[in-house]
Amino acid sequence: MFIRNFLATIGRYCLLMYRVFAVPDRWRMTLRQTLLEMENLGLNSLGIIIIISLFMGAIMTIQIKLDMDNPLLPAYTTGLATRDTLLLEFSSTIMCLILAGKVGSNIASEIGTMRITEQIDALEIMGVNSANYLIWPKIVAFVIMMPFMVIVSMTLGLLGGYAVGLSSDIITVAEYQEGIQFSFMSYYVFYSIVKSMVFGFIIASVSAYYGYYAYGGALDVGKASTNAVVNSSVFVLLSDIVLTNFMLA
Amino acid sequence: MIDLQDVHKSFDGVEILKGITTRFFPGKTNLIIGQSGSGKTVLMKSLIGLHRINKGKILYDGRNLPRMRFKQLRNLRREMGMLFQGSALFDFMSVLENVMYPLEMFSSMTRKEMEDRARYCLGRVNLPERSFALHPSEISGGMQKRAAIARAIVLNPRYLFCDEPNSGLDPVSSLVIDRLIKSITEEYNITTIVNTHDMNSVMEIGDNIVFIKKGYATWQGSRQELFTSENQDLNEFIFASGLFKDLKKAHVVLHPELYPSSQTGAMPSDAV
Ligand SMILES: Nc1ncnc2c1ncn2[C@@H]1O[C@H](COP(=O)(O)OP(=O)(O)O)[C@@H](O)[C@H]1O
Ligand SMILES: [Mg+2]
Repeated sequence: MFIRNFLATIGRYCLLMYRVFAVPDRWRMTLRQTLLEMENLGLNSLGIIIIISLFMGAIMTIQIKLDMDNPLLPAYTTGLATRDTLLLEFSSTIMCLILAGKVGSNIASEIGTMRITEQIDALEIMGVNSANYLIWPKIVAFVIMMPFMVIVSMTLGLLGGYAVGLSSDIITVAEYQEGIQFSFMSYYVFYSIVKSMVFGFIIASVSAYYGYYAYGGALDVGKASTNAVVNSSVFVLLSDIVLTNFMLA
Repeated sequence: MIDLQDVHKSFDGVEILKGITTRFFPGKTNLIIGQSGSGKTVLMKSLIGLHRINKGKILYDGRNLPRMRFKQLRNLRREMGMLFQGSALFDFMSVLENVMYPLEMFSSMTRKEMEDRARYCLGRVNLPERSFALHPSEISGGMQKRAAIARAIVLNPRYLFCDEPNSGLDPVSSLVIDRLIKSITEEYNITTIVNTHDMNSVMEIGDNIVFIKKGYATWQGSRQELFTSENQDLNEFIFASGLFKDLKKAHVVLHPELYPSSQTGAMPSDAV
């Protein structure tokens, strides 16, 4: 029973994506909508990304330094560990989990509301492919914004650690700088960006799915957006395992 | 004319429509009546192809909708207008833009022509000029309904669908909307189909009435024939309606033999 439901859901999701990625009827309108969504889903999320990355960078630096305060470990350990954690996981996966909460619920409730107020039906009978019209711009905009947000997060995270060096004597600036430059692999940045774009696709499309198939009233839109956040987070984590195996191993 | 033959529709294995066979006529306001939850909305959305039916035929002047390819369906939809229960105006557009939208989708008019046509339709439903630039959330429920009617008729449809056009409206606005629908229907010879559970509307505008109960169309006839119907479910539905008190007397006087229960004063218990 569970397996049957799961397969049915996957099937419906794939059918929806098939409709979403039809060629847009009217490019001008679609592109305009995509720009608006880049602002709505991307730029408007920058605040939370900046705050969280800054603080997490600082906190990681402090904790790693305190935990690894061992004369046998080289001085660059703290900076190196902070940098690699940021580059490999934090700025892509953890940030996407946070964005799943913000962006996922936003997408699901917006589309869900249009569904239960029959605006989607109204679009359909006017010959509009509503899935394409409503969902395509959101997915595309969010995926495009992702690399940008990842880089902002990495930068701010590193600055957070730097701020610890500047403002306290837990770690010296020189020590930190040496650490974050030690055996730097630019591939990690690339890896993080690719991952985040996949996660962005998952978050936007899974959330759109739950909104698009909402049925009932306002309460059901609430449930749809909860489902959107929970399930897109789970799928982000699952795909993280797959991608890590694939790209790093 | 729209012909339905043995239409079945189920959701997740639960059958909502269990074989509806009926017919809707042009130039008439065809009513689908029944209790809330009886499947009126599902039937209407199946008619226009928003729900894919499991079995049966839906013939639009001979053209079978469930068998249509996407292109054909799109062409047919150009001939349809629909008024949704909650109006379903797009809340990211102004009233005028809402009414122009179907023209943008389906016609090759210039922007000026579209705007003229939209303004004409908004005038036809008596919407005041000053509300054209407002967003749907800024106007009253009755005005939203009228704007939605304007949007539904802007393409000169051959088929007009109205799902509970006066739900959520006060009695006066309801009457205005009902009469508007009827006059538009007659003026343009449209095949209009209206879902309602409101007996006031039924008596006001019902030319051809289909009664739905438990997934079947159990009765069809005209307003006058409602009085002489022998369908017990339908009679219960009428009795339970607001018009019950007025009609009961007439029924008992006219057809005492048909309504033994109402003679003794016993009311049907399961009708809501
Ligand atoms: N998309 C859907 N999924 C599942 N059940 C539905 C769906 N749409 C309608 N139903 C069910 O069909 C029945 C009839 O609903 P509806 O047609 O809205 O009744 P009404 O006559 O009040 O318009 C209800 O029991 C409703 O729960
Ligand atoms: Mg209904």
